[in-house]
Amino acid sequence: MHINILAFGIAKEICGGSSLQLEVPDHATAGDLKQLLAEQFPRLGGLASFLLAVNEEFAAPDTRLSARDEVAIIPPVSGG
Amino acid sequence: MDIQIQISDKPLDIMACIAQVTKPNAGGIDVFIGTVRDTTQGKAVLRLEFEAYQSMAIQEMHRIAEQAAAKWPVHSMTIHHRTGVLHIGDAAVVIAVSAAHRAAAFEACRFAIDTLKKTVPIWKKEVFEDGEVWVAAHP
Repeated sequence: MHINILAFGIAKEICGGSSLQLEVPDHATAGDLKQLLAEQFPRLGGLASFLLAVNEEFAAPDTRLSARDEVAIIPPVSGG
Repeated sequence: MDIQIQISDKPLDIMACIAQVTKPNAGGIDVFIGTVRDTTQGKAVLRLEFEAYQSMAIQEMHRIAEQAAAKWPVHSMTIHHRTGVLHIGDAAVVIAVSAAHRAAAFEACRFAIDTLKKTVPIWKKEVFEDGEVWVAAHP
């Protein structure tokens, strides 16, 4: 299935834009997608951390994805 | 508890934040204002650029206010965060908290800014004369 992914901050620069699409196996989890992203964009692995949010909530690695989810790459936050 | 959360690309109105938490039952109001500093580790900063995952950031800021209300007897909390290009001295974040007594207001305000810096999906880029850096991105 196709997953739409938002990218913010330095992740936007690493991924080459503020949104991207990736093809993942049906029943893929957030952890699977994170691994795919790290393979496709090795510089993500060089960050202090990167998390995924699914539908505006930080996602545990075992969170199941569906094609309608809004997924976002969350590099280390630095607000305030 | 009254919670007021806002993300804006316009200058923050500090007095409006204070007015929102000013209540007859409040005996103390604590205000934290995060401002743009002119140097980072000895290097002159030209400006900061803030970006937010707005919908999620608003939810996370609400969560912080609710957690604060669960921990301390606070009456109202307002958190406003700025996005876009900020210059030296500009306010990036304003947190105003009111409570019957000062200890709760101080502690809840400190908790709110400390937690915001850890969990709210907002990012800042520091721009120097010779380059730019996303803050905290790399170990």
